[in-house]
Amino acid sequence: MTGDTALIATPSQTVGPFFHHGLVPHADPMADRFPGGERIRLLVRVTDGDSQPVSDALVEVWQRGVFGRMPTREDGTCEFETVRPGTIPDERVESQAPHISVCLFARGLLRQLHTRIYFAGDPALAEDAALGTVPEERRGTLLASPDPTRPGHWVFDVHLQGERETVFFDV
Amino acid sequence: MHGRSDLFGSQPPLLYPPYRSTTRRAPSRPLIRLPESLSDLHMPVYGWWPIGETDNDLTRQHPEEPQGQRITVAGRVVDEDARAVSGALIEIWQANAAGRYRHAKDAHPAPLDPNFTGGGRTVTDADGRYEFTTIKPGAYPWRNHDNAWRPAHIHFSLFGSTFRTRLVTQMYFPDDPLFPYDPILQSIPDERARHRLVSRFDLELTRPECALGFSFDIVLRGHDATPFEGRV
Repeated sequence: MTGDTALIATPSQTVGPFFHHGLVPHADPMADRFPGGERIRLLVRVTDGDSQPVSDALVEVWQRGVFGRMPTREDGTCEFETVRPGTIPDERVESQAPHISVCLFARGLLRQLHTRIYFAGDPALAEDAALGTVPEERRGTLLASPDPTRPGHWVFDVHLQGERETVFFDV
Repeated sequence: MHGRSDLFGSQPPLLYPPYRSTTRRAPSRPLIRLPESLSDLHMPVYGWWPIGETDNDLTRQHPEEPQGQRITVAGRVVDEDARAVSGALIEIWQANAAGRYRHAKDAHPAPLDPNFTGGGRTVTDADGRYEFTTIKPGAYPWRNHDNAWRPAHIHFSLFGSTFRTRLVTQMYFPDDPLFPYDPILQSIPDERARHRLVSRFDLELTRPECALGFSFDIVLRGHDATPFEGRV
């Protein structure tokens, strides 16, 4: 490998269906690793082009330097115990609404997919630079919704394909 | 228009119909390019996971040794400018010598090995180097197409310094006759890029009376300024 010519990057390959002994979730809830903030439970639900649950995905999230990951269950969901972004002291970032970054892996995905979770009803959404790059009619796919029956619970749907296909980013 | 992730021909497309599961899972709309200032999220320096003493030796995680050919897999992790990536967490997982994963959903009728789990992790040193001891995984059948078999492989997961350098891939073994029939490997358009995923037999890494050595270097994304054609 020489120093003055750029190298070809190692290609991505699918995570496959059997990653559970390799990519183990963190034992502690993400919420415990923040200095305060409003604790929430965030349910992520992944479905394919036939609206079937994706039961063998791995959802990784980054939030203010805190990392979490969970495999999806038979019903295509996994759950994170974290804090609501924007409620941690001194975390305001210019031109970005509070959000959580997501990296998604699954059998059938030859590369990871990147998306973002914003929170419905947040007044800062209007001034967010990343949302500003997304056609208005698709921005809703990036919003988690509050679960009306359970306070503090939020739901984020990832539609890999179809009418409501989630916006994925090239990062 | 090419996005960052497929600019280089080094990366597989999301939709690759010969790999059947892509057809209902690959997003059908183009990815939206994030401005660099928003995509270059720095990862916390590694330290969020304790590494155990036998985590990089998959042959020592049980009371007895697993069945199979003992091997050493080692190499260097660098960025696209060939600079060492130190402190990178590497996680691996693999099938046992008979081609069976220790996983409830693996229905391949090959024996499980009570002395083999198939998961490991380590962190690269100051020079970007890493090393694992394990056994050579077996090839195994899958239902993608008639008489489909995956070439023997070890899954690799890497965290570099930023969100963008996250990489999950697979390492293969030299001269596997299954390569031409494997749509997962063949999904990578460029032959030189496919070659990146094939480890090299290395006599220097080979431990006398103990383990065959395979060398596997990994190049993480660093910058996107150089077009694919100009790369080596």
